[in-house]
Amino acid sequence: MISLGIEGTAHTIGVGIVENYNDKCKVLSNNYIIYRPEKGGIHPREAANHHAEKISGLIIKSVNESDINFSDVDLISYSKGPGLGPCLRTAATAARALSLSIKKPILGVNHCVAHLEIGIGTLNKCIDPVLLYTSGANTQVIAFSEGKYRVFGETLDIGIGNCLDKFGRSVGLNFPSGPIIENLAKKGEKYLKLPYTIKGMDIAFSGLLTAAQQYHEKKEKLEDISYSIQETCFAALTEITERAMAHTEKDQVLLGGGVASNNRLREMIQIMAKERDASFFVPEKKLCVDNGAMIAWLGLVMHKSGIKMKIENTIIDQRFRTDMVDVVWRG
Amino acid sequence: MWFGVDKKYLYKGAEAEIFISDYLNKQVVKKHRINKNYRIKEIDENLISSRTKEETKLISEARRQGVSVPIIYDIDLVKGIISMQHIKGKRIKDIFDKISDKNRKEICMLIGKNIARLHNMDIIHGDITTSNMIYYENKIFFIDFGLGEINSEIEAKGVDLHVLMEAIESTHSKNSNYFKYVLDGYKKEYKNNANSIIKKIEEIVKRGRYR
Repeated sequence: MISLGIEGTAHTIGVGIVENYNDKCKVLSNNYIIYRPEKGGIHPREAANHHAEKISGLIIKSVNESDINFSDVDLISYSKGPGLGPCLRTAATAARALSLSIKKPILGVNHCVAHLEIGIGTLNKCIDPVLLYTSGANTQVIAFSEGKYRVFGETLDIGIGNCLDKFGRSVGLNFPSGPIIENLAKKGEKYLKLPYTIKGMDIAFSGLLTAAQQYHEKKEKLEDISYSIQETCFAALTEITERAMAHTEKDQVLLGGGVASNNRLREMIQIMAKERDASFFVPEKKLCVDNGAMIAWLGLVMHKSGIKMKIENTIIDQRFRTDMVDVVWRG
Repeated sequence: MWFGVDKKYLYKGAEAEIFISDYLNKQVVKKHRINKNYRIKEIDENLISSRTKEETKLISEARRQGVSVPIIYDIDLVKGIISMQHIKGKRIKDIFDKISDKNRKEICMLIGKNIARLHNMDIIHGDITTSNMIYYENKIFFIDFGLGEINSEIEAKGVDLHVLMEAIESTHSKNSNYFKYVLDGYKKEYKNNANSIIKKIEEIVKRGRYR
């Protein structure tokens, strides 16, 4: 079975085509384009206009790269939510148009669940992990329990990526600031104390962000501040992930989301996993960031379990929570 | 080694090892916060010593308010070890879904009353989950105050209860409606305006992303 997925929750418009192969995911193509505003943050409508301009080209490119015809596609999936309304609507509209024109079924899927399923789908032996999902807007610790992917911990204020970008913007770094901060941090030497905020398995970053900005006003070196931000935020993320693993008694940990590209975060999670005899998994970078292949794969998994959607029900949901999805495809 | 030859583990949590040991010829539970190699020394040492200190302080304070907690015998801030009384009951997590509806309701009321007693003295537990409460001789013992603090703000008390609400929803999803009895018990015992805190919980729920 071949599934084509369209991702469009925020900055990224993506199209991926996947095939199931011995119940694992084979990625045939995975293309995306990231909307980058010239300055400041994302404007939902402008991002949506960007997506609308790029989507047709991406679909054609992905089909050609996969070496298939449109008639070979068995299913169209799209990101139903959570995300920015105008972006979601653009992706869903493209999916509907494609579904109607090639007369193939359509399915809207949860973006956060897709980040988890693509790990299970593409990585050997990754079966029942705790997912630390870190991106711009999302910071969640998710695991399967009692029929659903449940959120055991999450940010109480802003996502980790947002925290890094907001700090970056306030000190004049470009978007996305995460990779720049990662490089600066390598040259940091002095640890500047920052608020470390954990409530149960939840986490908060806004106090840390303010304190980091104050260090900058006090003319502390950007390298030292970057180092301190990374060490503090990632230690706290690693701690809540470990807490969730202890709580759910699971021995696999999976990373997902754009911030999972950060090598220091990977290293910390890896050490934590090793120290508690757990296995550590991270999908390849193109499958960690927002992408169409993960949407295509989750659609395929859901479709195989018998979940169907009529075209008139192909709505979007900006506040589509991870634990709203009935995970009937897992035993 | 300092702990003697036999080390009988009761539990290996995310941040600490809990094991049976002895202290002045008395059988005790030792909670040892372990060094984490994933974090830098500055953060590791600071978290271990501040949490050990804070936890001991809060447990002693809770006892004074009539909340059942283990008795503290000794504390080592450098190694991060607390020696305390061994409570031999059952974790609420393990019995919550198994007991009768009537008992579950009573236990929830009792949990609520005890949280109110803590909050009456501005003690914030910081990690109220069903794993951190032990049922023994018709009492609920509260353990693991490691993320706690003294805080009089409505926000802090609301978040404290919200953690328990989430724990019940995720771990005991079939009985998640029983959280309301926790609030009933809380209202009976909380000396100030309990409704302002319950309203705060609703606000925190709405504030959460994608609710």
